[in-house]
Amino acid sequence: MSEGRPTTDVKPWADPNATPFLQIKNVTKKFGAFTAVDNVSLDIYKGEIFCLLGGSGCGKSTLLRMLSGFETPTSGQIIVDGQDQAGIPPYARPTNMMFQSYALFPHMTVEKNIAYGLKRDGLPKNEIATRVTDMLSLVQMDQFAARKPHQLSGGQRQRVALARSLVKKPKLLMLDEPLGALDKKLREETQFELIKIQESLGVTFVVVTHDQEEAMTLSSRIGVMTAGQIVQTGTPHEIYEYPQSRFVADFIGSVNIFDGRVIEDGKDHVVISSKELGADIFVPHGISGVEGQKLAVAVRPEKVRISKSNLSDLRNKVTGTIDEIAYMGNSSVFQVRLDSGKRVRVTQSNLTRDNDDLTWDDRVFVGWADDAGVVVAS
Amino acid sequence: MQRRSKFLKITGVLGFVFLYAPILSLVIFSFNESKLVTVWGGFSTKWYGELLRDPQILEAAWVSAKIAFVSASLAVTIGTVASFVLIRFAKFRTKSLLSMMITAPLVMPEVIIGLSLLLLFVAMQGLIGWPGNRGIMTIIIAHSTFGAAYAAVVIQSRLVDMDMSIEEAAQDLGAKPVRVFFDVTLPVIAPALVSAWLLAFTLSLDDLVVASFVSGPGASTLPMVIFSKVRLGVSPDVNALATVIIGLVSLGIIVSALQMSRSKRRL
Repeated sequence: MSEGRPTTDVKPWADPNATPFLQIKNVTKKFGAFTAVDNVSLDIYKGEIFCLLGGSGCGKSTLLRMLSGFETPTSGQIIVDGQDQAGIPPYARPTNMMFQSYALFPHMTVEKNIAYGLKRDGLPKNEIATRVTDMLSLVQMDQFAARKPHQLSGGQRQRVALARSLVKKPKLLMLDEPLGALDKKLREETQFELIKIQESLGVTFVVVTHDQEEAMTLSSRIGVMTAGQIVQTGTPHEIYEYPQSRFVADFIGSVNIFDGRVIEDGKDHVVISSKELGADIFVPHGISGVEGQKLAVAVRPEKVRISKSNLSDLRNKVTGTIDEIAYMGNSSVFQVRLDSGKRVRVTQSNLTRDNDDLTWDDRVFVGWADDAGVVVAS
Repeated sequence: MQRRSKFLKITGVLGFVFLYAPILSLVIFSFNESKLVTVWGGFSTKWYGELLRDPQILEAAWVSAKIAFVSASLAVTIGTVASFVLIRFAKFRTKSLLSMMITAPLVMPEVIIGLSLLLLFVAMQGLIGWPGNRGIMTIIIAHSTFGAAYAAVVIQSRLVDMDMSIEEAAQDLGAKPVRVFFDVTLPVIAPALVSAWLLAFTLSLDDLVVASFVSGPGASTLPMVIFSKVRLGVSPDVNALATVIIGLVSLGIIVSALQMSRSKRRL
């Protein structure tokens, strides 16, 4: 593939010799007594789409505003391409931002909106014209060049905002909830387009979002934020399959969490006894814990199997009664009340058209493979 | 329900009659042929012609127009700066006090505004020898002070509504703050500026009390001339003049309101 596409093929973050393109070093931002961003350190590599994912008020937007220069860190350092950004005002930074509200200039046409940044740089007229035309065709807005923003739909405004923020070829593009204002269908289309554009230009993206689905599909890596801190950084796959904490497991996707305590601490396995589950959970790897330690096991609903028959191939299984069934089309979600009283969520793909041998109040076995669960601190 | 809506209709009609009957009768009598103001003598536009031949009125109209133009422009400038400081700057300790004070002239009795300005001008003349003889200059200063209060209210409401990220976007794209103000902020709030200007213009054109206080010999505004004419007895040409003024003022207010609603829609 082209040189602008290192994200999916190689993993610069796994290479100890790679130089990060954006370095955030121990950055803290306080508003009075409130700490919005708490000692965040982060390395982002060239060509990445890095998502800062977190709920509202977790500090992700403040972090983004510090990167673009609208807020000054209380302490810490931000380095872009080897250059310390401290003291550089927003208009002199090599970064651009796409705003959540798109922030298009309402009194300018689409064309003038996109040309604005180039004009500020004092580029010659004909170069501005060609670059604006190129950008317009990249985001497929050629026919709308003469329109004013209020004559555009939400999706079209999003494209114009993207074009305007990309036309200056920034080293780093920051996107604040880039798809937040679009409806679901448009979002899915735009997501892939955004990735395509990013790959063709090779610009490094830092995306802020509260939408985990958006983060999963867009990003090369995700940083999960809560209370001003980054609690886990990793690829979407790592974040989803190997959450390091209960918060991450719970925040990304849905999950069943069983609290328990270690009763057998072997070298290559542990057994966790869970009153909540009403059974012992076998984990096929050792952990750095001690016997008696309180832990929890997180199991994704789609990794839980449900059957009327005795799931004889599984070690981790219990019995329960079906409480609720939600038919979603491509899958069905079951709420099973275990004999212990705990409710478990099970998702099953609807592989056949009529899959209704399971119904309300059926007695069922639920269970999961040894390696399906993840041990997290409780 | 039926009775109530009838009642509402009647009170509504009565209210508007109460408001507009005097103005309407003034307009009608401005087309009166007779020299007697209260006796209808047939339709005529001769009093309008008479107006154009009255040098005193033409002179006063010109003075009023000049004063209104300059003071409205000053008022909008002051109002814009004040609004910008009050809306855009981070909270400072005297902010709420200042924002109350800027609107105080709206509720202050005109007599007090006029008197206090007169005293100020007299004192300033004694101390620094400026603004010299009272006249057009002093009226302009007086009118821009209370015009600025109205302008600030109009402009502030627009600035509050404006999405601040538009300004940040301009900065992000490489525009320095001053550039941002002229490229983005000013065009976006332009409808409010026009609206504020028209408001200040009509207020200045209307004012009699403040102008009477701070004016000097040789600088009589239109309302002052009308007032002095009326004291000598109402003549029909005053009706004609008043009708012209009503026309101009209503036009100003309608345009200003349209501007404001247009700018709200485009947000």
